[in-house]
Amino acid sequence: MSLPAPSARQVERDRWRRKRHLRRFAVGAISCIVVLGLSVWLITSAPGWPRFREVFFSWDHAKASFPAIRDAFWLNVRLFMTVEALVLPLALLVAVVRIYPSPALAPFKAMATVYTDVFRGIPTILVVMLIGFGFPALGLAGIPTSLFWLGVISLTLSYGAYVAEVMRAGLMSIHPTQWAAGRALGLTYPQTLHRVILPQAIRNVTPPLMNDFISLQKDTALVSTIGLVEALRAASVYQAQTFNVTSLTVAACFFIVVTIPLARFTDWLTIRQLSRQGGN
Amino acid sequence: MLRLEGVRKAFGDHVVLDGIDLEVESGEIVCLIGASGSGKSTLLRCIDLLEIIDDGEMHLAELDLADPAADPDKVRARIGMVFQSYNLFPHLTVLQNLTIGPRRVHGTSKSEANRRAHELLDRLGLAAKAHAYPDSLSGGQQQRVALVRAISMDPELLLLDEITSALDPLLVAEVLDLLRDLKAEGRTIIMATHEMDFARECADRIVFLANGQIVESGPPEQLFTAARDPRTAAFLARNS
Repeated sequence: MSLPAPSARQVERDRWRRKRHLRRFAVGAISCIVVLGLSVWLITSAPGWPRFREVFFSWDHAKASFPAIRDAFWLNVRLFMTVEALVLPLALLVAVVRIYPSPALAPFKAMATVYTDVFRGIPTILVVMLIGFGFPALGLAGIPTSLFWLGVISLTLSYGAYVAEVMRAGLMSIHPTQWAAGRALGLTYPQTLHRVILPQAIRNVTPPLMNDFISLQKDTALVSTIGLVEALRAASVYQAQTFNVTSLTVAACFFIVVTIPLARFTDWLTIRQLSRQGGN
Repeated sequence: MLRLEGVRKAFGDHVVLDGIDLEVESGEIVCLIGASGSGKSTLLRCIDLLEIIDDGEMHLAELDLADPAADPDKVRARIGMVFQSYNLFPHLTVLQNLTIGPRRVHGTSKSEANRRAHELLDRLGLAAKAHAYPDSLSGGQQQRVALVRAISMDPELLLLDEITSALDPLLVAEVLDLLRDLKAEGRTIIMATHEMDFARECADRIVFLANGQIVESGPPEQLFTAARDPRTAAFLARNS
């Protein structure tokens, strides 16, 4: 069925809407130019600006420190990739053990509760130091002595506790009628958990989960305290030699660059989920 | 008071309203009937500016609803709308649900808004529920509160979108009783409904929609006993 030609009134209304659209766009553009322009002008005309620029944003120092920081940042990337891969199953296990209503699991439930309480309570930097300095001092066979793996273990333990709580909240956010519907179909408790509850829970907690991962990516810098040369350490070595903090700015940029894709991915997931639920 | 002329609305290629002409007088109760997908809900949503029409004229008294410069907030302050799924605010008590509109939109004082809300609840026999949260009410009670919430704004026109469809028969009766009261008060109401008996009893006019067009409209008795269009007769035979 082809649409009839719009009436003259409608043509006029559409023209008015297009005009309003343009007007709104113009207001946005002008507002951006004025506010951003004013900010840039205020900052760059401040008396301390040249000195500030030399200390934080020196192009020469940025170029000179870049290769060392780039190479060191690769360690941060390997760290958070490994830890993220380990945190997910650990956190899921802890969350499921905590909600699973089986008396045989009672000791494990207690352990899971103590684990989340303890490791969420200790500052991550303290966990890193306890494990990074403590484990090698034990001198026991079978305990890894590589600093990389000690860093992985401490970050995994710390973030596992956070993420386990996020997942548990997700599992408990699913309406009880979903459990009832699964069980009414004849699915067992673990089947209902696996096939019905978990898939919905994971979807609900993806945004907060991504948030924790962004936080984790930044916290890989904490392993510099046990002597691993990652981006922050490489940058501060350069800074100590030159008394210029531009190298730290460069390191900061590396961290920003890897978190932005994750942030946008989270936005996209959230929007997709909303549009699925809203139906339009 | 409400005048629609040649109202058109399409979603993509799908034409939902195909030239609707409708006039509603003050104090009139108009029931929209028709199969699912015939355009009843979309018509109500267009009047409340929840959807933007593609063409046509819509006037509420002197106000041009189709004018893109019309402020939707001002329009909706004059029109009340109730949905099938109650949509009470779950974080507010019944009383707060009834007073948020008058207080925030009309600027009514708290004591005055509360006084009116209590009056309305008394009439509903829900005085004891003033401080209860919506989740603790039955579906019929929730829908009656939703209706009264719309009335608390004292709208010139009330749009009701299949407000009894999610209720079981006993609860439907509660809601329909309230609607009879509203009719007695002289409210102007347009309602999309599947309650043929109620439409026959209470409507001043029934409008039968099919494929986005008004097939036939007239007083209930005329439609039920002497439908001019065979589609109307067939629909009424199936649904009553």
